[in-house]
Amino acid sequence: MHPAPSVILFTVLSGAGFGYLAFLALGFPAVAGWAGFAAWGFGYAMAVSGLLASTFHLGNPQRALLAFSQWRSSWLSREAWTSVAALTALAPMALSDWLGLGLLRGFGLVGAAFCAATVISTAMIYAQMKTVPRWRDWSTPVMFAAFAVAGGGVLAAPPVWAAALALAPGAALILSFRRGDGAFAAAGHSLGSATGLDRLGQPSVFEQPHTGGNYLMREMIHVVGRRHAARLRPIALLLAAAVPALLLVILPVPLARPLAFAIHLAGALAARWLFFAEAEHVVGLYYGKRG
Amino acid sequence: MTCLPAKVDKTLGLVIDLDTCVGCQACVTACKGWNDQGYGVPLSDQDPYGADPSGTFLNRVHSYQVEVADAAPQIVNFPRSCLHCADAPCVTVCPTGASYKRAEDGIVLVNEDACIGCGLCAWACPYGAREMDAAAGVMKKCTLCVDRIYNDQLPEQDREPACVRTCPTGARHFGDLSNPQSAVSRLVEARGGYALMPEIGTGPVNRYLPPRKKGAGLSGPLTALVDLPATGLAGWLDRLLGKL
Amino acid sequence: MTQPKLNLSPPVSDEVRQTTCYMCAGRCGINVHLKDGRVSYIEGNRDHPVNKGVLCAKGASGIMQVTAPSRLRAPLRRVGPRGSGAFEEISWDEALELAVSWMKPLRETAPEKLAFFTGRDQSQSLTGWWAQAFGTPNYAAHGGFCSVNMAAGGIYTIGGAFWEFGQPDWERTELFVMFGVAEDHDSNPLKIGIGKLKARGARVISVNPVRTGYSAVADDWYAITPGTDGLLILSLVHCLLEAGKIDLDYLAQWTNAPMLVNAAEGPEKGLFVRNAESQPFVIDRRTGQPAPWDGAGVEPDLGADWQGNRSVFRHLAETYLGPAYAPEAVADRCGIAAPRIRALAAELAEAAFDRAFAVPRPWTDFRGNRHETMQGRPVSFHAMRGISAHSNGFQTARALHLLQILLGSVEAPGGYRLKPPYPKPVEAHPTPHFVTVPGKPLSGPHLGYVRGPDDLALLPDGSPARIDKAFSWENPFSAHGLMHMVIPNAHAGDPYRIDTLFLYMANMAWNSSMNTAQVMEMLTAKEGDDYVIPRIIYSDAYASEMVAYADLILPDTTYLERHDCISMLDRPISEPDAAGDAIRWPVVAPDRPGSFGVRGFQSVLLDLGARLGLPGMVNEDGTPKYRDYADYMVTHQRRPGVGPLIGFRGDGTAEGRGAPNPDQLQRYIENGAFYQAHVPEEAAFFKPWNAAYQDWAVRLGIYETPQPYLFSLWSEPMRRFQLAAEGHGPRQPPDHLRARLKQAMHPLPIWYPPYGDADAAFGYKVHALTQRPMDMYHSWGSQNAWLRQIRGRNLLYLPTKIWLGQGFEAGDWARVSSRSGLITVPVAHMAALNENTVWTWNAIGKRKGAWALAPDAPEATVGFLLNHLISELLPRQEGGPRLSNSDPVTGQAAWFDQRVRLERVPAAERPAQSAPSFPELPDVPRAGGGRVQNFSKNLDRNFREFRGPRDPEGAP
Ligand SMILES: Nc1nc2c(c(=O)[nH]1)N[C@H]1C(S)=C(S)[C@@H](COP(=O)(O)OP(=O)(O)OC[C@H]3O[C@@H](n4cnc5c(=O)[nH]c(N)nc54)[C@H](O)[C@@H]3O)O[C@H]1N2
Ligand SMILES: Nc1nc2c(c(=O)[nH]1)N[C@H]1C(S)=C(S)[C@@H](COP(=O)(O)OP(=O)(O)OC[C@H]3O[C@@H](n4cnc5c(=O)[nH]c(N)nc54)[C@H](O)[C@@H]3O)O[C@H]1N2
Ligand code: SF4
Ligand code: SF4
Ligand code: SF4
Ligand code: SF4
Ligand code: SF4
Ligand SMILES: [Mo]
Repeated sequence: MHPAPSVILFTVLSGAGFGYLAFLALGFPAVAGWAGFAAWGFGYAMAVSGLLASTFHLGNPQRALLAFSQWRSSWLSREAWTSVAALTALAPMALSDWLGLGLLRGFGLVGAAFCAATVISTAMIYAQMKTVPRWRDWSTPVMFAAFAVAGGGVLAAPPVWAAALALAPGAALILSFRRGDGAFAAAGHSLGSATGLDRLGQPSVFEQPHTGGNYLMREMIHVVGRRHAARLRPIALLLAAAVPALLLVILPVPLARPLAFAIHLAGALAARWLFFAEAEHVVGLYYGKRG
Repeated sequence: MTCLPAKVDKTLGLVIDLDTCVGCQACVTACKGWNDQGYGVPLSDQDPYGADPSGTFLNRVHSYQVEVADAAPQIVNFPRSCLHCADAPCVTVCPTGASYKRAEDGIVLVNEDACIGCGLCAWACPYGAREMDAAAGVMKKCTLCVDRIYNDQLPEQDREPACVRTCPTGARHFGDLSNPQSAVSRLVEARGGYALMPEIGTGPVNRYLPPRKKGAGLSGPLTALVDLPATGLAGWLDRLLGKL
Repeated sequence: MTQPKLNLSPPVSDEVRQTTCYMCAGRCGINVHLKDGRVSYIEGNRDHPVNKGVLCAKGASGIMQVTAPSRLRAPLRRVGPRGSGAFEEISWDEALELAVSWMKPLRETAPEKLAFFTGRDQSQSLTGWWAQAFGTPNYAAHGGFCSVNMAAGGIYTIGGAFWEFGQPDWERTELFVMFGVAEDHDSNPLKIGIGKLKARGARVISVNPVRTGYSAVADDWYAITPGTDGLLILSLVHCLLEAGKIDLDYLAQWTNAPMLVNAAEGPEKGLFVRNAESQPFVIDRRTGQPAPWDGAGVEPDLGADWQGNRSVFRHLAETYLGPAYAPEAVADRCGIAAPRIRALAAELAEAAFDRAFAVPRPWTDFRGNRHETMQGRPVSFHAMRGISAHSNGFQTARALHLLQILLGSVEAPGGYRLKPPYPKPVEAHPTPHFVTVPGKPLSGPHLGYVRGPDDLALLPDGSPARIDKAFSWENPFSAHGLMHMVIPNAHAGDPYRIDTLFLYMANMAWNSSMNTAQVMEMLTAKEGDDYVIPRIIYSDAYASEMVAYADLILPDTTYLERHDCISMLDRPISEPDAAGDAIRWPVVAPDRPGSFGVRGFQSVLLDLGARLGLPGMVNEDGTPKYRDYADYMVTHQRRPGVGPLIGFRGDGTAEGRGAPNPDQLQRYIENGAFYQAHVPEEAAFFKPWNAAYQDWAVRLGIYETPQPYLFSLWSEPMRRFQLAAEGHGPRQPPDHLRARLKQAMHPLPIWYPPYGDADAAFGYKVHALTQRPMDMYHSWGSQNAWLRQIRGRNLLYLPTKIWLGQGFEAGDWARVSSRSGLITVPVAHMAALNENTVWTWNAIGKRKGAWALAPDAPEATVGFLLNHLISELLPRQEGGPRLSNSDPVTGQAAWFDQRVRLERVPAAERPAQSAPSFPELPDVPRAGGGRVQNFSKNLDRNFREFRGPRDPEGAP
């Protein structure tokens, strides 16, 4: 799949944003006054800018409100609702923290649940795609959740926890690589089943239907060099998980948090790039390109 | 409606005969020509005379080579457009309801006025049947020529998809696949029509008729009227002309 | 959201105008939809006899041609050096006066110094007539480099050809065998026909080194080695003869098989034995005595041996029963195993004889014999350039006709059926006319059918009278001329120099020439300050490669903007059951705002003719006789009552013959732009011998008297050339041509290796072919924004043996060399391919700067032509000048004789562009416009940042 910057930014920022907001909502760390304003503001900024980034992916963003309409079947629609619900539900909590209104944490719990739902909905947009076997797996929501928890946790979890949570995406990535690498083959789709020509023998592409490019090739058929992926995977693991965790262990936590978060974010971007770039859509079969 | 209709009255679709398709691409440009001025916004082209021309098409024709055990390799031309699936995942993923399946005939359409161009439906389609128009930013797909098949401004016999009407070999057939008596259903029955990627569970309506078995014919050996070496030319002539 | 309400019955357009397609020479009927006066949609005309509603990919995207930015917009006069593309726009008056100032002096002194050659011209009866009136012998259209072998081989044998001049009896045939067809002129009819066979489950077999398109759907495929079809066919003949599976009755009645071949040594040897009235005769089986071949009740004896003169049939049997034609003897050479050949023969026999049927339709033959039924033979054939474009193509075409005649299927129900004005024997065609007299027209048409050496177009000194050397000893039956030799010969001054080269609709600086690089040099070659070819006038509608090489451009309209006439006088749109013709008319007005505009070439030609005062084109007072082409189409008469169009003559009801009708074009327009005159039922089959057909043809004006004839298994015209080569007769060939004439002019179909095979001895062992893509028309498809997305580049396809043998890998390039050139091109693997053959799509490669395409368009960077490897001359041979790379009988360009050698380019050295690459052509003044380029604000970034995989497509 085409690793579109807007979508990478969207999933990474909104994931980290909602993760962080959830921590705040649950009172980790407890913030108040202008520090509260800054913390909540940062969380909101990440979540909202992530959501905004997603609109850059749209052909007609001016109609984006319509995306709320199909919550009964569409994960994207559900994500729209949950994200708005989360942002709305958390507003009293945020105001309370800022202005010291003393709202019960229970309110935050509801918001945090919406944050979690948002992250899961986002993940489900991908995990529901039977057309992309690498994504269509329980490890996808696990990974999205792990990134959200880590993104939030690095910034907000209690010191001991932060380092541990920072490792979560590492585990999730390893899991998703392991489960994902064989997924396409395991799904059993082939040029033969895609065309039904396995009835006859062994089909392969003779000529492409068009020598010019098209949307499908740009959007679904992205061939990443194997070596490229092999190099990026450890980088993503290191940056998204190992280095932040290490920093949180070896440096004083308040100092480590921003540094670890920045590095984690870079790792998350790399991992998300791979998430798309390595994902093979079955339509590639028709073009003789698994990619 | 983003949810699939509980029941469709008919299931209109195409039956494509792979034994007959010569890969001429006529259905590709006929489709482009009709839909460029028909349903929805035009099918735009980018860089049309440049280094990387690209545009929106609703129908594409592939060409595959097939290595066959104990027989000569084959080439199979393979048209690909929307299969108007019964369980169309492109419809259910659509967040806006722009993608929908018509209850009256099962045609899967995009309401372009409601499409935000998120591309999810194209992701969900296993068959590459949807292409986002790069000029209008809305999703395009085969409409089964819904603006032809019921169009009372067209003569009766023209109320069929543009690709079917133009196909010079008659490799494309259009009809109601829910009716076992329809011409298309009978073709599917007779020729072993099949669905693409059935394992993915989309329940495609369109069917493909497989290439017939190729190779030597059924006629026996050439039985000689006379055994030439035995009779020589003169004898051959005599025996042969005696037939007259 | 609820299901939206749709308008299911939107109006399609404001108006529909019916005319004829011209995205190829197929001439399908089209409905052109107009919205606000502009073309909005084009679909097939269901009532049209050619396409019955269907359109091909080109026809269905014709709108992209009418709006192409490459359209020319004004007459152009060259101002810079030739080939530089520097032009100024001039008015039509200036342009025509300039042309007249060049042509008039030539006409008055040496008319042959004007050479007028036209490409895939659909108005040859006009252009030929014009050239005749001018008085130059140098006129032909494109058939010489196209498929004259197919045309002439057919005319000389059955009085009709494949090409689009006939078609299988699609409704009845049980077995259809195609030789060397990728697309054909008759492409939609062929596709419709194949579709019909498929729908009924009838059997289709393809003989072709490459299995694509029609061959891909064929039920069986014979991967023949190029150039060996003749051998395969004659081996099939061998098998059928051996088994006695031939139609003796058919042979005895309708062919010259029973005629007696003169056995006496001397100048008559091998000609037919003739009676006192100089008529060949047959031996009547009833009496054993000579009898007239067309005598009533005569039963010709096929096995006759009369006074030592044996029948054609005896010669034929002796020849083909010989061991040289046994399947086992030809198998290796043809690349087809002997049992497969025998199996094919068995299939043919089974279809022709075991599935024979009789149609209960009584008819009377030219001898006056009445037949109660029509004998059906449900086996049919088609062949085109795969056979034709070889230097043994004429004889191979003859061999194929021999095969279908032996099966008794030509003109039989279920077999191959000719379309009026065919059948038409050699005798009904003119002979070539070429004698020039300054200021006077030629005494007859240029092109014709030679009966013997006396008809050759030779000057008194024995040298060729024509610039292309057509109808010379080098190519005696060159019925379509040799367009591919015009520029090389004019450049070489061999046989002479010309002054003005006038070309219409032929991209001679690119894909229609062999040896493109040198042709471009010849076009710009100078001698002193002057160009060797001093003046070039060219009519094109688009900014093709050729435009840059002309001195004067006469810009043509596109096909929807002009009148055209698809006439019975040249290549009509007949069906076996109907004579038919068609028109084009301006369904939209030519629109080139802000410039001098374009004009239909035929109107321009008539205007030029009038300005030159050519006979037939001016009235007695010197005023132009025809207002324009439309006027000519209606009022011109070739013979009294016979004009370009057969329909709605006289008072509007006359057919074929009749006075000009001023309403004729309007009536055509109302009728869908075509007309059909139906063949009566009893006349539908066995046309050459069917009295009802002959009478109908005379009524229609096809000929003046009935022209029954016998199929020519033994060709006397050919034998006459052999006799000359053997030293008989007053007209003698040059010595260096004797041996080749003796071989090639064999009166029975034979096979000899194509001349290109000689290259194998120099290490060029691999056959190299091109095929036409169904979705592109030569060079002009690429200006179509839709089609070029489908096929904007080409690859050279290599068979498994070469692919694996030479270690090729996906994405590879190869250096491909021939004895005359080298190209470096991208390659891909193809399994379904003859193991010694490589091929590519024809004419996808473009010169940079042409066709209003960006110079970095893939057509110009990676696309390539095979033509760079093909030489228009054969290698020099002992004891003679270099001969053209053509069939020795007809002069047909031997495109497919090409042999090459391949070398893999190491992966590290893969080039970015194919070679050779020529300097970019500068843009010429043109109309512009075309498909708009637009992006969604949101999506264009995405589009631009990721342009899709660039690796060669198709490489598995
Ligand atoms: N390697 C290889 N070369 C081949 C062949 C092959 O098989 N292999 N095939 C050969 C054969 S059979 C042929 S026929 C030739 C074809 O070669 P060409 O006859 O050169 O074919 P086109 O490219 O169609 O070029 C015709 C020209 O006509 C112009 N034209 C198009 N429409 C109009 C119009 O309406 N009016 C005017 N005035 N001009 C117009 C086009 O712009 C173009 O410049 O190629 C030959 N070349
Ligand atoms: N779409 C489209 N249609 C066209 C044209 C076009 O450019 N595009 N051009 C038109 C013109 S000008 C012409 S002349 C016709 C030509 O129409 P075709 O005769 O169909 O022309 P080609 O594409 O040259 O196809 C030649 C075929 O012969 C095969 N072949 C080559 N050598 C041999 C051989 O030795 N033996 C056998 N058995 N087969 C062989 C090739 O593989 C190829 O399939 O098409 C006309 N129609
Ligand atoms: S028009 Fe018909 S024959 Fe041609 S590619 Fe399409 S389906 Fe195949
Ligand atoms: S083919 Fe694709 S676009 Fe069409 S209905 Fe099925 S899933 Fe949807
Ligand atoms: S691109 Fe349009 S039709 Fe497709 S899912 Fe998005 S909104 Fe729905
Ligand atoms: S049915 Fe209509 S929209 Fe669909 S592929 Fe055919 S022509 Fe195109
Ligand atoms: S075959 Fe195609 S291009 Fe040729 S006349 Fe017919 S529709 Fe037009
Ligand atoms: Mo041609």
